[in-house]
Amino acid sequence: MEKVVEMRGITKVFPGVRANDDVNFELAKGEIHVLLGENGAGKTTLMNILYGLYQPDSGEIYVNGKKVDIKTPGDAIKLGIGMVHQHFMLVHNFTVAENIILGKEPKKGITVNMKQAIQDVKKLADLYGFKIDPEAIIEDITVGQQQKVEILKALYRGADILILDEPTAVLTPQEIEELGVILKNLVKEGKSIILITHKLKEVMSMSDRVTIVRRGKVIDTVRTSETSIDRLAEMMVGRKVSLKIDKAPAKPGKVVLEIKDLRAQDHRGLPVLKGVNLEVRSGEILGIAGVDGNGQSELIEVITGLRKSTGGKFILNGKDLTGKSPREIIEAGIAHIPEDRHKRGLVLKYSLAENAVLGKHYAAPFAKGIMMNYARIKEYARTLIRDFDVRTPNEEVMASALSGGNQQKMVAAREINKDPELLIAAQPTRGLDVGAIEYIHKRLVMERDRGRAVLLVSLELDEILNLSDRIAVIYDGEIVGILDAKNATENELGILMAGGSLKNKKEGGIV
Amino acid sequence: MTANANNSHNSLLNVLKSTYRTLLFPLISIIVAMFVAVLFVVWGRGVGFFEGTSLLFKAIWNGSFGSKDSLIETFVYVTPLLFTGLANAVAFKTGLFNIGVEGQFTIGVLITAILGLISGLPAIVHIPLIIVGGILAGAIWGGIPGYLKAKVGTNEVVNTIMMNFIAMYLSNYIVMGPLNKPGVASTPEIRPSAMLWRFLGENNRLNTGLFIGLLLIALVYILFWKTTIGYEIRAVGLNPYAAEYGGISIKKNMILAMVISGGIAGLGGAIYVSGIQHNAMELTGFIGYGFDGIAVALLAKSHPVGVLFASILFGALNSSAISLQLVNIPKQIVFLIQAIIIIFVAADYIYKWIGEKRKKEAMING
Ligand SMILES: Nc1ncnc2c1ncn2[C@@H]1O[C@H](COP(=O)(O)OP(=O)(O)OP(=O)(O)O)[C@@H](O)[C@H]1O
Ligand SMILES: [Mg+2]
Repeated sequence: MEKVVEMRGITKVFPGVRANDDVNFELAKGEIHVLLGENGAGKTTLMNILYGLYQPDSGEIYVNGKKVDIKTPGDAIKLGIGMVHQHFMLVHNFTVAENIILGKEPKKGITVNMKQAIQDVKKLADLYGFKIDPEAIIEDITVGQQQKVEILKALYRGADILILDEPTAVLTPQEIEELGVILKNLVKEGKSIILITHKLKEVMSMSDRVTIVRRGKVIDTVRTSETSIDRLAEMMVGRKVSLKIDKAPAKPGKVVLEIKDLRAQDHRGLPVLKGVNLEVRSGEILGIAGVDGNGQSELIEVITGLRKSTGGKFILNGKDLTGKSPREIIEAGIAHIPEDRHKRGLVLKYSLAENAVLGKHYAAPFAKGIMMNYARIKEYARTLIRDFDVRTPNEEVMASALSGGNQQKMVAAREINKDPELLIAAQPTRGLDVGAIEYIHKRLVMERDRGRAVLLVSLELDEILNLSDRIAVIYDGEIVGILDAKNATENELGILMAGGSLKNKKEGGIV
Repeated sequence: MTANANNSHNSLLNVLKSTYRTLLFPLISIIVAMFVAVLFVVWGRGVGFFEGTSLLFKAIWNGSFGSKDSLIETFVYVTPLLFTGLANAVAFKTGLFNIGVEGQFTIGVLITAILGLISGLPAIVHIPLIIVGGILAGAIWGGIPGYLKAKVGTNEVVNTIMMNFIAMYLSNYIVMGPLNKPGVASTPEIRPSAMLWRFLGENNRLNTGLFIGLLLIALVYILFWKTTIGYEIRAVGLNPYAAEYGGISIKKNMILAMVISGGIAGLGGAIYVSGIQHNAMELTGFIGYGFDGIAVALLAKSHPVGVLFASILFGALNSSAISLQLVNIPKQIVFLIQAIIIIFVAADYIYKWIGEKRKKEAMING
C-alpha cells in the first residue's frame, strides 16, 4: 500500500481546547478515506493543517513519502493537495469556466484564452463524469453544481489528493448520488480522497477506510467492508445511538399558522412563490419536502419578515403578520432556525453569550431599558450550552471558534428555547453528528408534544419522513401535495417533488 | 480539553495575548513613523543617527510634555480629538464611514458661537444650553446623511463630504455676515457665562472640556458593550444579515449611529468654542479636528480607551510644532509622522482583511 499522505503525532491546541491530540492519519493512494467524528472532534482542524491554513503545534507531515512543511494553501496546492470547504469561495457573477481557471488562466499573449479555458474545463469535466455547463453563471446554478465547480477547480490546479469537508451537507439526494459516481471516477484515475461526513450511509457506500476521531484523538482506523453503521456510530459517540425516532402519534390542535395564496419574487425579480396555501396546526410537525430551489427558502424568508411578499397573506393565531418586521414577527411568537448559520444564524465575531440572546437581547430579563444584563445573559448561555451539549471552553469565546456542528447546536438551542408558538426549523441538523441529530430531533418532537407548531424544511428525505406528521411537497413555488407521513413513501415524495402527480396511482394518499 | 484550573490560567494568558496582538500593529506603526522621521532629520540636518534621534525626540518631548506649558497645550489639542475620535469610532463600529465628523464639528462650533452670544443667562443655564445646542446641531448634520443612506441608499461618504462643505460655507456666511465682529474675520467673543472653566488660570487654555471628553470615553465604552444600542450597532457592523434576522433594524441603527456620531462631533465643536476658542472664525479650509479624528479612531481600532491614547499621541505631535521649529526642524515633520502612522494602520486593515478572508476559509466548515 502506497501512502500519499502521512500525518504523525499532530497536536493542535486552541485556547481552552486540544483540537488535535497526537493524531496519526494516513491516506493510501487511490482510496476514499472518511474522517468520522463527533462535532468538535477536530476533523476540520486536522484537514486545515494539511491544507496549510493552520500550523500544528507539533507533529510531522509526509506527502508521497517526503517530509514536508506546509505553511500556506499555496504550498499545499504545489504538493498536489486540494481542499473543498463546505461553503464555497466562488465569484458569483463569473462563469463556471472563469471560476475554475481563476489564478491559473491559459494565456494568449496577455489576454486570457477563453476558448481554450472552456475546452480545458469541458475535457476535465468529461474525464470524471461531471455534468456541467462551463459557460453558466455561478449565481444561476444550484449549490450542488457550485460544489462541482469547486472540485473541478482543485483538479484544474493539479490536485491528486482531494480533501472534501462535508461536501454532502448541502446536497440533495440526487446530487449526493452523482457526487458518489464522480468520486469513484476520480479514484479510478489515481486520485486519493479524504472525505469528511456525518452521514453514515454515505460512509458505507462511498469509502474504503474510515478513521474515527473523538475529542481530538484517533480512536481507530477500520476497513469499511469490515464494519457497520451501528458500529461506526458507537465508536464515534462512545455509546449506542438510536437512528430511528420513536414518537407518539401527533395530537394536532388548532391552526397556528395559516398561509393564503402567498406570492413572492427572488433576487432577480422572478416569481418564486406562486400562491402557496398551507396550514400548520399546534401539536404537529409539518415537513416541507422539495428539490432545492423550488421556493422553500423564500417561503421561510417571507414568513419571518426577511423578504417582502408580493401577494397573499399569512396569519399566526388569528393575527395577520403579512408585511410585519422581523422583530414584530419574533414577538408574535415565531422562532426560526435558519438554513445558513453563518449568514443569518450567528454574528461570528460575537461571543456565544451575545449570540445566545440574539432576537431577545432587548427585552427582559436580558435588558432593562437600554442597559443589558450581561450576568443574566451569560447564565442563560451556559444553560443552552449545557442542555444542548455545545462543545466549547466557555460562553465567552467567539462563535467563530466553534466547530461547524457546534455552531449549529448553538443556533438550534437558542431558537428552540425561545418557546415559540411556531418553530420554523430549516435544515436544523445540517452538519450535526448522529448523536446531536438524535438530540435535536428529540427536542423538536418535544416541542410538538407541548402543543407547539413545528414547520420543518429539510433536503433530507429521511429527516422529513422520520420527523414529520404531515408532509407538504413544494414544487415550482406551489404546494403540489400534502401527504400523511405515516403512509408516505420516498417514492411518492420523489414523484411529487419532480412535478409529477399521484392522482391515478394511489387513492387516499392525499389528505 | 484540559481541567478547569488550567482554564482560568489560560484565559488570563489569552487576554494578554489578544491585547498584545491588538496593540502590536499600532505600536509598530508609531515606531516606524518615528524612525522615518529621524531619517529625515538626519538627512536634512546632516547629523549622525543618534544626534538626529535625540534632536527630534527632545524637540517633541519639550514641545509636548517637557514643560508645564507644553503639557497644558498638548491637552488643549487632545480635548477636541477625544470627541472627533469617538465620533468616528461609533460610525466605524456600525460599519459606516462618517467623513462628515469634520462638518458636524464645524456646525457645533457655529451654533455655540451663536448661542454663546445670548446675554443675561447664568452659566448654569448657558453652558447646558450650548452643550445641548452643539449636540443637536451635530446630530442633525450627521443624521441627514444617515437618513439618506438608510432610506434612499445614497452613499454616506459622498453625502457627508458634501455636508462638510455646506457646514463650512454656512459658517463663513454667518461669521462674515450677520454675526461678524467688525474689523476681524470672526464672530464676537461669547459671553463669559458660556465659557467653560479654565481651571489652570485664564491664560492657560486647558478647561473642563477635557473632563467632559474623558467622561464621554467612559460613556461610549458603556454604550458599546453594556447597552442594547451598542449590541445592535455592533451587530449591524459585523453581520447585517444576522442582525436583520435577529429583529434588529439595519436602517434604524444606521441612522441612530450617524446621529450619535454627529452628536458627539457637535459636542466636540461646542466644547472647542466654549473652552478654547471663544468665537467662530472665518474658515479658509477645514478646521481639521474631524479628519484627525478619523486617524485617531483608526489607530485606536475604534476602542474608546484607545481613542484616549491615540488622541494624546496626536495632540502631543501637534503641540510640538513650535519647539520643532525652534531647533530648525520643519513642523511638517509632524504631518509626516501622522501620515506614516495612518498608512501603516490602513495597511494593517488591508492585511487583516486578507487574513480574515483566509481565516474565513479555515472557519467555514461543517
Ligand atoms: N479558530 C479556532 N479558535 C479556537 N478554537 C477552535 C478554532 N477552530 C476550532 N476550534 C476548536 O477546536 C475543536 C475542533 O474543531 P473542528 O472544527 O476541527 O471540529 P470538527 O471535527 O470539524 O467538528 P464539526 O463536525 O462540528 O465540523 C472545537 O472544539 C473547536 O471549538
Ligand atoms: Mg468541521
